[in-house]
Amino acid sequence: MSELVIHELRVNVGGNEILKGLDLTIEQGRVHALMGPNGSGKTTLAYTLMGHPGYEVTSGEVLFKGQNILDLDPAERSHLGLFLAFQYPVAIPGVSIANFLRTAINSHRKAKDPEDKGLPIPEFRKLLKEKMDLLKMDHSFAGRYLNEGFSGGEKKRAEILQMATLNPEIAILDETDSGLDIDALRNVAEGVEALRGPNFGALVITHYQRILNYVKPDVVHIMLNGKIAETGGPDLALKLEEKGYDWIREKQDEKVTA
Amino acid sequence: MAERKVTRVIKRVTSTGRPTAEPAGTFSFTKEMIPSLANGAKETTFLRSYQQQAWKQYQSLGLPQITQEAWRRTDIRNLQTGSFALPDKKKAAKLPNVPKRLLKPLVGKGHGGQIVLSPNGANVELSKTIAKQGVVFTDLATAAKKHPELLKKALGQVVKPGEGKFAAMAAALASRGVLLYVPKGITVDEPLHSMFWGPGSGLAYFSHILVWVDDGASVTYVHEAASPTADQQTLHAGIVELHVGEGASLRFVELQSWGEHVWNFSHERARLMRDANLDWIFGALGSRLTKNFSEINLEGEGSTARMSGFYFTDGEQHLDHDTQQNHLAPHTTSDLLFKGALEDKSRSVWQGMIHVAPDAQRTDGYQANRNLVLSKHARADSIPGLEIQADDVRCTHGATVGKIDETELFYLLSRGIPNRDARRLIVEGFFDPIMQRIPYEGVRERFQQAIVQKLK
Repeated sequence: MSELVIHELRVNVGGNEILKGLDLTIEQGRVHALMGPNGSGKTTLAYTLMGHPGYEVTSGEVLFKGQNILDLDPAERSHLGLFLAFQYPVAIPGVSIANFLRTAINSHRKAKDPEDKGLPIPEFRKLLKEKMDLLKMDHSFAGRYLNEGFSGGEKKRAEILQMATLNPEIAILDETDSGLDIDALRNVAEGVEALRGPNFGALVITHYQRILNYVKPDVVHIMLNGKIAETGGPDLALKLEEKGYDWIREKQDEKVTA
Repeated sequence: MAERKVTRVIKRVTSTGRPTAEPAGTFSFTKEMIPSLANGAKETTFLRSYQQQAWKQYQSLGLPQITQEAWRRTDIRNLQTGSFALPDKKKAAKLPNVPKRLLKPLVGKGHGGQIVLSPNGANVELSKTIAKQGVVFTDLATAAKKHPELLKKALGQVVKPGEGKFAAMAAALASRGVLLYVPKGITVDEPLHSMFWGPGSGLAYFSHILVWVDDGASVTYVHEAASPTADQQTLHAGIVELHVGEGASLRFVELQSWGEHVWNFSHERARLMRDANLDWIFGALGSRLTKNFSEINLEGEGSTARMSGFYFTDGEQHLDHDTQQNHLAPHTTSDLLFKGALEDKSRSVWQGMIHVAPDAQRTDGYQANRNLVLSKHARADSIPGLEIQADDVRCTHGATVGKIDETELFYLLSRGIPNRDARRLIVEGFFDPIMQRIPYEGVRERFQQAIVQKLK
């Protein structure tokens, strides 16, 4: 069972410290929810874990399968089993979803075995259809240019399709629920639930409790000011919905003054 | 794609078209090199007088200067004018032959005819079925002997030797060329293919391609020029003349894969008569330096032309494409898209013009040039232009120079796609709109191979 261990992580963006000594462990087989107000550093955490060049790690480490992944480039982190579903998926004009996913799958295979000749096209087509059926997506989706002209819901479903195809061990979903209507939200959540199992761990980053009605978290963390301020069970999310963040802020202030 | 919009419109200075006369350059070419005079051959008097006339113009025209508008961004002062010899028989024997892979059909599964022009001469094949249709597809020398009347009809009708030093040079000295003539109403089902093979160092090659598609006829023709890269400069000057008759249709696929030591100059023009249709595909991958003039003259009412260009430069390549869409009759349509990517220290220039004559009402003109600059040392200049003298027209244009967007790259990397493959995907995606316009698997494959080769 692998786990992703974040230890004392400090990250600067444009010279400002956003993550201020964050500790968090995400295990395979469990779904963690990460909630927090705007600016608390949730997206910074997501991008840093995936290796975005704009995020500067000043100290700390992130251990996964016995390695400090902060030394790896984003592609290598992906090969290791990490996945980030983007809050704002990027459009790649002229590159079809099928072409893109085949390239990604073959890159993963090649990373494991440099001699690999790539997944034969008929097998790839079969796999893609299976995953699209699982997510109730029309097969014509595969021929469309990646995220180009996609609606908000289509973009998020395309992220889940990529996740289902690449089959990661730890996935970070960065506000995958934001901007979705209730049907799209349910659809995306079902996709996540379908992947759930002993080999799949997730960090579901969200502003809102509502996605957690569909993707039931095992653990809920509250992030404030670049750190995990509170950790609890699923009821923590409900309490947050009801009472807001102030009580946690007060609690944190007390800790600081104490 | 991060794109910088270039909306400058530069009105081209109308010149008399004739460069300032100065003593002919220091090329070592002599009048005796005119093919129709050589070997004391009794060629058709027409070809001989055409080449002699062109030679006179060659002598009177000066080398293009950087002060001339069309040559402002392409400096040829490093052209070693005195170093070029013609590939005579002795030299030709030592040069490599054209590789078989270049003779494979680029369009469809086979071809109806193939001409290989090399220093060793011309090799012509044409299927009996097509020959029976009255189609002439042969090399220039044979055309002069066997089809003088057709040569007279087509030669020098669309491109004039006096248009520039290199045009005159090619007109006077081209011993290698192609005549394609499709008679009235004939549809050629299988594509025709020609290859100009110009290997070696320190040589001069001249080519003259003549296409005459008579009224109501239809044909697909692929022409490629290629050579392996060598160390010393080699010169190529060429002319392409395309005539598309009334209601006729021509698909012309042109691929330039010169070695990266070749200085390549070409004057090309298509003339479209009433209701004619032209689909021109133009791929440029090779040469050290290219200055190309490609023009479309929409002379007949209702004629339609589309031109799809792609280029990928690397190393120190410098490709300069000067395109002109001349709407000379009402209800004419043109659609030009050129896309290019640039690596290393390479440079590209695209200078385009849509010209609409005063009585060419109801015309629809489009031109766009998009560049993807892949290295901080590469540079793309993109200069669109409109010159509209009619009042009821629709003309649009666009020019962009962009580079790979870091967010796009990160997105692909995060899916486990290594950096080089991620860049390749983005580049292929960039070219996709142009590939969509090229329904020929072989041409697309050739280009994809070039992308893989050139991408750093």
